[in-house]
Amino acid sequence: MRAPASELPILFEDVCVDARDVRILSEVTLALGTGAPTVLIGPNGSGKTTVLRLAMGLLAPSAGRITWGGRDRTDGRRLAMVSQRPVMLRRSAVANVTYALGATGVAWARRNDRADELLARVSLSNQAARPARRLSGGEQQRLALARALARDPEVLCLDEPTASLDPANTKAVEEIVTAIAASGVKVMMATHDLGQARRLAGDVVLLVGGRICEQAPATQFFSSPTTPEAAAFVRGDLVI
Amino acid sequence: MLSIFELPKEKSNNHALNRWTMTQDPSALALVLGGDATLYAIVQLSLMVSLAATALAALVGLPLGAYIALVQFPGRPLVIVVMNAFMGLPPVVVGLAVYLLLSRSGPLGFLGVLFTPRAMIVAQALLVIPIIAALTRQTIEDLWVEYRDELTAMRVGPFARILTLIWDARFSLVTALLAGFGRAAAEVGTVMIVGGNIDGFTRTMTTAIALETSKGDLALALGLGIVLITLIIIVNAAAWGIRRLGELRAG
Repeated sequence: MRAPASELPILFEDVCVDARDVRILSEVTLALGTGAPTVLIGPNGSGKTTVLRLAMGLLAPSAGRITWGGRDRTDGRRLAMVSQRPVMLRRSAVANVTYALGATGVAWARRNDRADELLARVSLSNQAARPARRLSGGEQQRLALARALARDPEVLCLDEPTASLDPANTKAVEEIVTAIAASGVKVMMATHDLGQARRLAGDVVLLVGGRICEQAPATQFFSSPTTPEAAAFVRGDLVI
Repeated sequence: MLSIFELPKEKSNNHALNRWTMTQDPSALALVLGGDATLYAIVQLSLMVSLAATALAALVGLPLGAYIALVQFPGRPLVIVVMNAFMGLPPVVVGLAVYLLLSRSGPLGFLGVLFTPRAMIVAQALLVIPIIAALTRQTIEDLWVEYRDELTAMRVGPFARILTLIWDARFSLVTALLAGFGRAAAEVGTVMIVGGNIDGFTRTMTTAIALETSKGDLALALGLGIVLITLIIIVNAAAWGIRRLGELRAG
């Protein structure tokens, strides 16, 4: 079987998105290549989730162009996404993972072993048989990561994955994300947690009001922001 | 003084189709508790027909409802309105339509199933399909709002989506099946027309109740009524128990 073509780089060229005559994303130009995580930061409604959905191929731009590895379309086979409140299928934790493996086309005989590996990777082996909906919020988020990893993704989009978690669970999820990124998966994450951006980001993209305000390597972004909005964000001021 | 379960027969009981031979007027309760073989044959047939019709309707109605919930196509709103309206299909009209289809001169007359339990199952299934399909559509459509992003991101195909949503909505869909079973079990007009109410062959509880009432054998009619209501409560209780157990296990 032929190996799937690479999804990287994902290039946004002057991408706009309109929803019912309201422009929610304006002229976004962005390049996502291999390397450390790209973190999208910005206030609520700034367009972070829309950028992730565009990168996943779940949403078509109203104007502009997006390419995946030089192609205008993606079959999404190696793209995965975890949302802020992932939906747990009404079955056990391990069955959630085997379901995702099945959707990816993994052979029936290999699914159980692979699911065990993935649950071990997110430290949920001891919860495998529990109904997924009865897991805690942090455990559900880790299970969602295992389910995303079932796709063997080249790009993993995370939409505020720790927004509703306590510090201990946030730390656990961040450690898994760091390990995933270190394994060569391109992580693209939306957050409005400045501390999390500092801890995880290789590159930072600041979105305000549907526009990219600033994009830079994390060290540069946090040490010498070039726009007033970015400077305010780094200082911890409220950016609306 | 007569109790409510000891109503007197108002006229003679010699109808050719009626095999009950009673030397004295039994009470409704005595008939039920006495294990009358004829009565239990009727109960057995009624249950078999209603359960089979519900199962057949579920086979069609569940995927049909889920398909309409998930797939956009021209005329979909019209289909939804018609399907909802068909939840109130008049049983005698369905019975008449099935009768015309299955009668000797009808297009399906060659099957020779008119006035058999098979015809009753088909007719009841036709009544129940819109109920199960309409309730399934609403349930699946609501669930799809919750699941859309997740399943789309997983690139789950249309057929697998239907199966996934039906499975994940299974506890809610029990209600749709119970509504369908209730309709089938309580139905009299359709089975009377396509079954013919033949004693020992196509007589169900509801048609027997109608017949015995018209003959004045109110005790027997009441006895059958008690059994019918009890069975419906038992089936619903069992379904509720299974649903609770399933919810506890699956979350």
